[in-house]
Amino acid sequence: MKLTKTLVLVLSLCLMLVSFAHAGKDLDAVKSKGFIQAGVNGSLFGFGMPDAKGNWAGLDVDTARAIAAAIFGDASKVKFTPLSAQQRFTALQSGEIDVLTRNGTQTLSRETQLGLNFVSVNYYDGQGFLVSKKLGVKSAKELDGATICVLPGTTTEQNAADYFRTNKMSWKPVVIESTAELAKTFFAGRCDVLTSDASQLAGTRAIAQNPKDYIILPEIISKEPLAPAVRHGDDQFRDIVDFSVLAMINAEELGITSKNVDEMLKSKNPVIQRFLGTSPGNGKSLGLDEKWAYNIIKQVGNYGEVFERNVGVNTTLGIERGLNALWTNGGLMYSPPFK
Amino acid sequence: MTEATTAKRAQLKPPISNVGVVGWLYTNLFSTWYNSLLTIIMLLMLAWSVPPLFQWAFVDSLWNSSAAACRDIDGACWSVIPNNFRFIILGFFPEGQEWRPILAMVLLLGLVIYSKERSRWKKSLAWLWLINLIVMGTLMYGGVLGMPVVETAQWSGLPLTLILSFFGMIVAYPLGILLALGRRSKLPAIKTLCVVYIEMIRGVPLISLLFMSSIMFPLFLPEGVTIDKVLRALVAIILFAAAYIAEVVRGGLQAMPRGQYEAADSLGLNYSNTMRLVILPQALKIVIPPSVGVLLSVFKDTSLVVIIALYDVLKTTMVTLSNPEWAGYSKESYIFLALLYFCFCYAMSSYSRRLEKELHTGH
Amino acid sequence: MKHKIPPTSTKPIEAAVPFWRDAGKRAIAFQIVALFIVSGASYYLFSNTQANLARQSIATGFGFWGKEASFEIGESLIRYSAADTYARALLVGALNTLKVSFIGIILTTILGSLVGIARLSSNWLVSKVAGSFIELMQNIPVLLQLFFWYAVFYESFPSPRQALNPIKGVFLCNRGFIFAIPETHSAHAVMGWMFLAVLVGGWFLNRWGYQRQELTGRPFPAGRITAALALFLPLLIWALYGAPTAMNIPELRGFNFTGGLTVSPEFGALLLGLVLYTSAFVAEIVRAGIQSINRGQIEAAKAIALRPGQVLRLVIIPQALRVIIPPLTSQMLNLTKNSSLAVAIGYADFVAVANTTINQTGQAIEGVAMIMVVYLFFSLTTSVFMNWYNKHMALVER
Repeated sequence: MKLTKTLVLVLSLCLMLVSFAHAGKDLDAVKSKGFIQAGVNGSLFGFGMPDAKGNWAGLDVDTARAIAAAIFGDASKVKFTPLSAQQRFTALQSGEIDVLTRNGTQTLSRETQLGLNFVSVNYYDGQGFLVSKKLGVKSAKELDGATICVLPGTTTEQNAADYFRTNKMSWKPVVIESTAELAKTFFAGRCDVLTSDASQLAGTRAIAQNPKDYIILPEIISKEPLAPAVRHGDDQFRDIVDFSVLAMINAEELGITSKNVDEMLKSKNPVIQRFLGTSPGNGKSLGLDEKWAYNIIKQVGNYGEVFERNVGVNTTLGIERGLNALWTNGGLMYSPPFK
Repeated sequence: MTEATTAKRAQLKPPISNVGVVGWLYTNLFSTWYNSLLTIIMLLMLAWSVPPLFQWAFVDSLWNSSAAACRDIDGACWSVIPNNFRFIILGFFPEGQEWRPILAMVLLLGLVIYSKERSRWKKSLAWLWLINLIVMGTLMYGGVLGMPVVETAQWSGLPLTLILSFFGMIVAYPLGILLALGRRSKLPAIKTLCVVYIEMIRGVPLISLLFMSSIMFPLFLPEGVTIDKVLRALVAIILFAAAYIAEVVRGGLQAMPRGQYEAADSLGLNYSNTMRLVILPQALKIVIPPSVGVLLSVFKDTSLVVIIALYDVLKTTMVTLSNPEWAGYSKESYIFLALLYFCFCYAMSSYSRRLEKELHTGH
Repeated sequence: MKHKIPPTSTKPIEAAVPFWRDAGKRAIAFQIVALFIVSGASYYLFSNTQANLARQSIATGFGFWGKEASFEIGESLIRYSAADTYARALLVGALNTLKVSFIGIILTTILGSLVGIARLSSNWLVSKVAGSFIELMQNIPVLLQLFFWYAVFYESFPSPRQALNPIKGVFLCNRGFIFAIPETHSAHAVMGWMFLAVLVGGWFLNRWGYQRQELTGRPFPAGRITAALALFLPLLIWALYGAPTAMNIPELRGFNFTGGLTVSPEFGALLLGLVLYTSAFVAEIVRAGIQSINRGQIEAAKAIALRPGQVLRLVIIPQALRVIIPPLTSQMLNLTKNSSLAVAIGYADFVAVANTTINQTGQAIEGVAMIMVVYLFFSLTTSVFMNWYNKHMALVER
């Protein structure tokens, strides 16, 4: 019957789009398919967002590129899946993506109930409030009765609820799924306050028609360690993701940048030699090429470079290093020794 | 004498209130005091609403300027469309490959227009559609004839909308027919299964199926097997559309007189032959107009994939609007998009009505 | 090709029919196979899911219902705070869905009927305007309409401090439409109950009046009496309670208006979008319903000297309703289902609350299942009602 034939044909076409990944270890699966699938935000400027030509950019995007550089020696061997807040964990659990680099906050319940492993933090954030100057508000304590724009289902929403409860204030949430829509709604004056991670507030403020009309209140009401996450079950892969993040931090500590990394190969410093794989060992332990850290720094850059390129003071976002400075500069970025 | 009167009468003009502009106005607008009142209220309302709208949309507006120029005007800033046209229509499709989705869309629309004539409804047309869909898919996906592969994650904008609705509809149709046959079946188990399926799907909103496809479905599959995001949404749309098609087809089956079944039985045709040769060809002909209606609603409903973060033409428009440069011109962009949808849907629905009339007289 | 003549069978005919040729047995076998495939497929998916959940140690079950939700909801019909449980949050969502659907259905029916009648008007202008309205609304996706209206609400209206104040006690700003309502008073509840009691009494009165007319031919103006009583009795109670006139007038305090009743932009945009979209379909249904009535019916009614009002009430409407009600119900159901798009513009309906719940608990399966069950419940209740109504109509038809 023609119908049946048609159906079979169409179905077989569809099957082309079904991918049967390697069952078993995530690392083997990633290696055999030849690229890494990373889940990213998709609409968060500075962290993960495509430009109009579809080229991805952002801190989280670069983290994913670093992982690809570590595994394949090629930072371009990565594909990005934009995910909503709602989809992100399922996408990781189901294996649709290999690693989630989507400004996710590490929490106890996410590690335990969702079966995720967060690795080292690639951005320390905290939740703040953005308000219009016209309101004349100086502190978050004065926000009683305010209407607040907030993203749904994130830790942000809970933090705000907790904060207002603790301070015995009332508020009215306006809950909108997409970051961009939310900012638009806030600027139009639908809410008095926009609450989100401080990094996002900076970004939102920067895109206002007149950024000077808005201020970020001094209170930071929560801790938001944003970290990449992988599934439970493959510790080796977890280690690789973890040390890819750490390698960028370590490189900054050692003063290695994408510009001077080739010279650094000739360095006599045993720490640098171990790090860049001129004296082998680290690569083998991770199951990677000895050049893995070199590839990350050469192709993506160290943490400082990545930070400045995507969110730093010279970008639209204009964020200071703050908590994200190296520990030597009073920040929290600290890498264990690479030996 | 009588002749003269007649001649004289013939020369008399009909009363002015029955012909010409005045006559038309009288019969259509001012026939009773009540009608006159309505007309006047309507005219006042139009006079109150249309000129300011016209002023906003055409007089004070800018059509092709920079975003900065738009800040200084009171009217519409249509410039948001030409400045972002490529992104709204094609989304993330790689640079330099634009001809592929455009060609695919032209092929599809061409075939839709070609299929309008009833004289062309033959077996060959079905094959033409099948070939066209395969060509479309190949054009979009690439990987042959030197066309680089374009991942479905990069399919976006209008091509995605069209693919979701047309592929969805074409796969859903046979499924819907089977469901309708199942629902009319005398076998209790089959009938129950089909009824439960149809009523369940029709009872829940499409968005819950899309949620299911986007966040639940991945957990249904064995470890290591994943299905493409676009395909998952397509599956949800297919499952949804099939239930509605089933009900439309069932209407057609029920309209078949008993005599048709009895005649087929008396010829010794078995079930599948009865359906294939006698019942379905007639029943499906009746249900073409409502089927176009289902296609229309599927086409409109594909906009819901916005909620599961697929970049259809509505989502690409919203992304454009999230660019700080162009934020604040939502009305203009949404009106443009509404026009786009309207042109397509209106063409389809008036076609469906015409067809209904033609098929009706042919009965 | 050669045709062999089969050797004449000596066996009795019944035995010659193998089971796959026996329609009855084949039917049973076919059904068993179908059931087997369906249950097999379900089992396969179920076991996969089980394995996946266990492997990734994802929590399952509805244990989260009793946990603290710890998120706020913008608008609620019942008292709710972030300290309440998920179950209560979900209830708030379900009530919000019912609220928007209920008001939407009433407004849609009114607007749809008006437009449908206008479409049939002999007035060219009225008919054309109605026609354009129908075409325009039907052919634009409802989600796009929602976004459009929401954008209009928040981009075009002023902030609370510059709120439009057309008449005293009514404010229009980007926080919504805020208006004064009477101060709560014990009289209001009694008035409400009285109103309901009159309606119930009116229904019985109408039935009795109808029976009397059937028997004696004398009509009884039950409708008018009920309307008068429904207006008069609550007013009487109001007067008896000392005619309280205190109004709860909204005023700008701090960031927002306090007091009065607020229609939020989210609710407003959702309601407007749903009502405009659905009423276009309802208008077509009403038009078709009225056109389905044979002209002869109307002429006959006039011939037996019924007044125009009576022609409408006794002849046209009862017959048109029989055609109108079934598709109308399915449109009402569509409106209810489309209200789930609230999630896109931030109105806290059931889907939006369930969505947040899914995000916070990570339990997608339970969340989506809840959404489906709730909407199925709405649909099934409606179809039960429809079946009852159809039977009722069939009895009237004789």
